[in-house]
Amino acid sequence: MKYSYYPGCTVKNQAKELDLYARACGEKLGFELEELSQWQCCGGVYPLGSDEIATKLSSVRALAEAKEKKQDLVTLCSACHHVLKRVNDDMRCVEDIRVRANNYLQPESPYQGETTVIHYLEVLRDRVGFDVLKEKVTHPLNGRKIGAYYGCLLLRPGKIMGFDDPENPVILEDLIRALGGEPVVYPYRNECCGGYLSLKEKELSKSMTDRIMDSAEGFGAQMLITACPLCLYNLNQSTSGAKLPVRYFTELLAEALGVKEEVSGE
Amino acid sequence: MTKAEKQAELIRQIGGTDPYKCMKCGKCSATCPSFDQMDIKPHQFVSCVLHDQIGRLVQSKSLWKCLSCFACVERCPRDVKPGKLIDAARQLVIRQRGQDYLNPDQIPELLDPELPQQLLVSAFRRYRR
Repeated sequence: MKYSYYPGCTVKNQAKELDLYARACGEKLGFELEELSQWQCCGGVYPLGSDEIATKLSSVRALAEAKEKKQDLVTLCSACHHVLKRVNDDMRCVEDIRVRANNYLQPESPYQGETTVIHYLEVLRDRVGFDVLKEKVTHPLNGRKIGAYYGCLLLRPGKIMGFDDPENPVILEDLIRALGGEPVVYPYRNECCGGYLSLKEKELSKSMTDRIMDSAEGFGAQMLITACPLCLYNLNQSTSGAKLPVRYFTELLAEALGVKEEVSGE
Repeated sequence: MTKAEKQAELIRQIGGTDPYKCMKCGKCSATCPSFDQMDIKPHQFVSCVLHDQIGRLVQSKSLWKCLSCFACVERCPRDVKPGKLIDAARQLVIRQRGQDYLNPDQIPELLDPELPQQLLVSAFRRYRR
């Protein structure tokens, strides 16, 4: 099975391991991520203004290329997923945005939101299946106590993202279970890490990540996993006493599937 | 139409949401992770737009404390979307010449080696045109 793949700026730079592990695990699980021939940065956050068009065009180009290739479009970074999914929803449901974006881009056939945007985690859950994944695990995590950190971008707004129950998600916990770990459910797992505020308002974002870290540690987590490079960065900036290690979910996946060493060259 | 009324109308348009649906339950403020740091709270944002008190709103520090984490949007029982109103007020400010909240010249001193690119592009999109 071949998917179109939108990596995004961070995955190509600061978060290379998120991508390398994901590709290697894909091979192991029988699917291939085919990077779009041309993609541009999604902008990191969805442009909320109802009159914003130009800021959405880079996403529309990526979505339209996947449509041409007749493939579903897989994302890995939470931010890219959020932006592409919401722009796609606009193109399908908001006539004003659809008409103006198409007038601007002048594609051969108008793009009307036909592409399916699917996060790597959704591929694991809905296309591979956690039960099949479980059978392919060669190095189970031996009951390691792992807290899933969702953040906001994958879950909200729930009606558009359609990723999981926005208030009580289970997808990462189910993944941890399939890999042989023990998921730790804690209250702050879907509260914001501070996002881009850590650039100019460090103290404020630290207070948020401290709350998350303390909450996870209090419920017995030994480590946290996330899909988002910005969440990972912010959580690592936390000055809380807990200081739990934070990893990308793909790293754990690679470990359990026995491909981690060959990717990291260890 | 006074200037404040025009601006309130513009915020409703850019925000694409209807503040008249608000029933003042305060759930948006109760759930906001930046609540402590905000001079005008999310539920008061809605009230300001309703009552054309735009001057207060565009000078508010809260514009720069909001994370767009959509907690208020997700949890609003009336689908008022306070986070979208806050973004619209922010747009009203940064779309004016010289009102950027982040300048490229400031970036080098804010960088650290671990910082993900995603952080910079996100900040640029929310803080300036």
